[in-house]
Amino acid sequence: MKQTTNKMPMWLRYVINIIVFFVLFGGSTGLVNSSIISTYYTRIIVLCGINMILALSLNIATGYLGQLPLGHAGFMALGAYASAIFMRSVTVSPSAIFPLGILIGGVTAAFVGFLIGIPALRLKGDYLAIITLGFGEIIRVVLLNIDSVLGFKFTYGAASLKNIPKTTNFFNTFLCVAITCFVIHTIMKSRHGRATLAIRDNEIAAEACGINTTYYKTFGFTLSAFFAGVAGALYAGYIGVLSPSAFGFMKSIEILVMVVLGGMGSMIGSIISATALTALPEMLRAFSQYRMIAYSLLLVIVMIFKPTGLMGNYDFSLSSLIGKIGGKSKPKSKTKTKPEKDGETNE
Amino acid sequence: MSVFSTIFTQLMNGLQTGSVYALVALGYSMVYGIILLLNFAHGDIIMVGAYTAWLFMVNFGQSPWVAVIAAIAACTVLGVVIEKVAYTPLRKAPRLSLLITAIGISFLLENLAQLIFGAGARPVPTIIDVAPVTIGSVSISGTAIVTIIVSVVSMILLNLLIKKSKMGKAMRAVSEDTGAAQLMGISLNKTITFTFAVGSALAGIGSVLYCAAYPQASPTMGAMLGLKAFVAAVLGGIGSIPGAMIGGFAIGLAEAGASALGLSVWKDAVVFAILIVVLVVKPTGLLGRNLQEKV
Repeated sequence: MKQTTNKMPMWLRYVINIIVFFVLFGGSTGLVNSSIISTYYTRIIVLCGINMILALSLNIATGYLGQLPLGHAGFMALGAYASAIFMRSVTVSPSAIFPLGILIGGVTAAFVGFLIGIPALRLKGDYLAIITLGFGEIIRVVLLNIDSVLGFKFTYGAASLKNIPKTTNFFNTFLCVAITCFVIHTIMKSRHGRATLAIRDNEIAAEACGINTTYYKTFGFTLSAFFAGVAGALYAGYIGVLSPSAFGFMKSIEILVMVVLGGMGSMIGSIISATALTALPEMLRAFSQYRMIAYSLLLVIVMIFKPTGLMGNYDFSLSSLIGKIGGKSKPKSKTKTKPEKDGETNE
Repeated sequence: MSVFSTIFTQLMNGLQTGSVYALVALGYSMVYGIILLLNFAHGDIIMVGAYTAWLFMVNFGQSPWVAVIAAIAACTVLGVVIEKVAYTPLRKAPRLSLLITAIGISFLLENLAQLIFGAGARPVPTIIDVAPVTIGSVSISGTAIVTIIVSVVSMILLNLLIKKSKMGKAMRAVSEDTGAAQLMGISLNKTITFTFAVGSALAGIGSVLYCAAYPQASPTMGAMLGLKAFVAAVLGGIGSIPGAMIGGFAIGLAEAGASALGLSVWKDAVVFAILIVVLVVKPTGLLGRNLQEKV
């Protein structure tokens, strides 16, 4: 990596990113608190944030690991239900305990993702897609019918789980998006991330180089499930009512469209397309019946004309931008991009 | 009703749905065998077939025979058009792109149907009107008998087509080794188009039989049916034609069994659990070929 590093020292990049993060966080907090951004727009921004986390988490499995899981909504459902059941049972102030609720959602999804990943990742390509689809459907059917087996009220099945404390707000969503970006970016730039990318590019060659492919595939899959669970927990706190039908195959496809459209393997791509695909339907309420048609057409057209997605592999980097403006160097390496991406939603 | 007659009734139910699954699974299996694509849109072709039958019987007031032929024709044409428009440009693209395109087409069809016909289910009039047959205390519905006979005959015809005809030989050659088949003068495009046409025609027959059993058409009816038929294809060994038939009947019987045990809400979970067990224990399915990956 030495030859591609720019002249800007690492600590300086961290400092720049942290400063930008706090400026954005402080600025947007001020805007929300002083009601310059209305409650309606704040809700849309929160939804954008949740979808960003979902797209970013699927991007780990699809973009970085090169697999195609079709049961992502299942992990989201697990995170949402785990966190909602926990939040309903606690007696202390819900907003104080919410970080723990998010963590519980993430860990539950990650645990199930790990259990599912071990058998599923023995398979490749289409078979993996189908087996994850099967698991996703099973999770949904179980959430729908588990009450009748256990004999007491647990998920409330089709009657939906109600009265979940509405603890998701702009600030904790913002923080979660920032942490998600930071963690995924950092892991992907570490040796673990490089190993994962090597598996995507050529699994046999990666194995021949001594990479434990099973370990890294399970690792990537679990990480992906974890963040899907986090998004699910935020969603539960946002919407307040959970019903298994919200997490069907359709939801998995919606997340997939976000990732594919933005470019598989590009974080900024996932973020932009998640924002666009969440905000546009809100803006164009009148055309809501055409939304899914537009989604599916987009998917087919993008695949035929630009199979790498709109952004391809491109990823945004704040320090290389500053480097370009300053004209110091032409850096190729990418740094932490988190604060800038969050800025997308604050407009 | 005695225990025996209950078991027999459930067995017939299982065979009836199973034969529809088998017909649809054949389409999946043939397409996968030839271009290694999971044609997700296959299930939605069935939905289009069902709507065509409904349209001809209710709106145009035609007899069931005309509706059946129209449904099969519509499915065949649609299958070929999808192949030409969406899959041919991507023949050299990575498999993942092709798979995502197939998912996109599937959703496009579902949502178009929802836009045109509305989200609600449309009742389809009786297609097969045969009196039930009574053996002792057991009564078998005429629809079940016709369904099973029609699908078995279709499968026998398909087998003859693939084993005896020149086009069938070409199909087998292409699925064996595409490059070598082309060198022998087989037209790849023609063979693939033909495969899609045959697979979609079978889906058309399946759609009519499905409507005879569950007389309604809805935009999402193809999704679950397609998924289960796909499970059947995987269970039997994808790419294998006898495998698809065995898998279809097995899934139909498993579903009927789950319903008979009072687990009908878990029916879908049972089917997918079977899929997972099969994929984990024997990923190539019961009769599948074992493909060795080369570097």
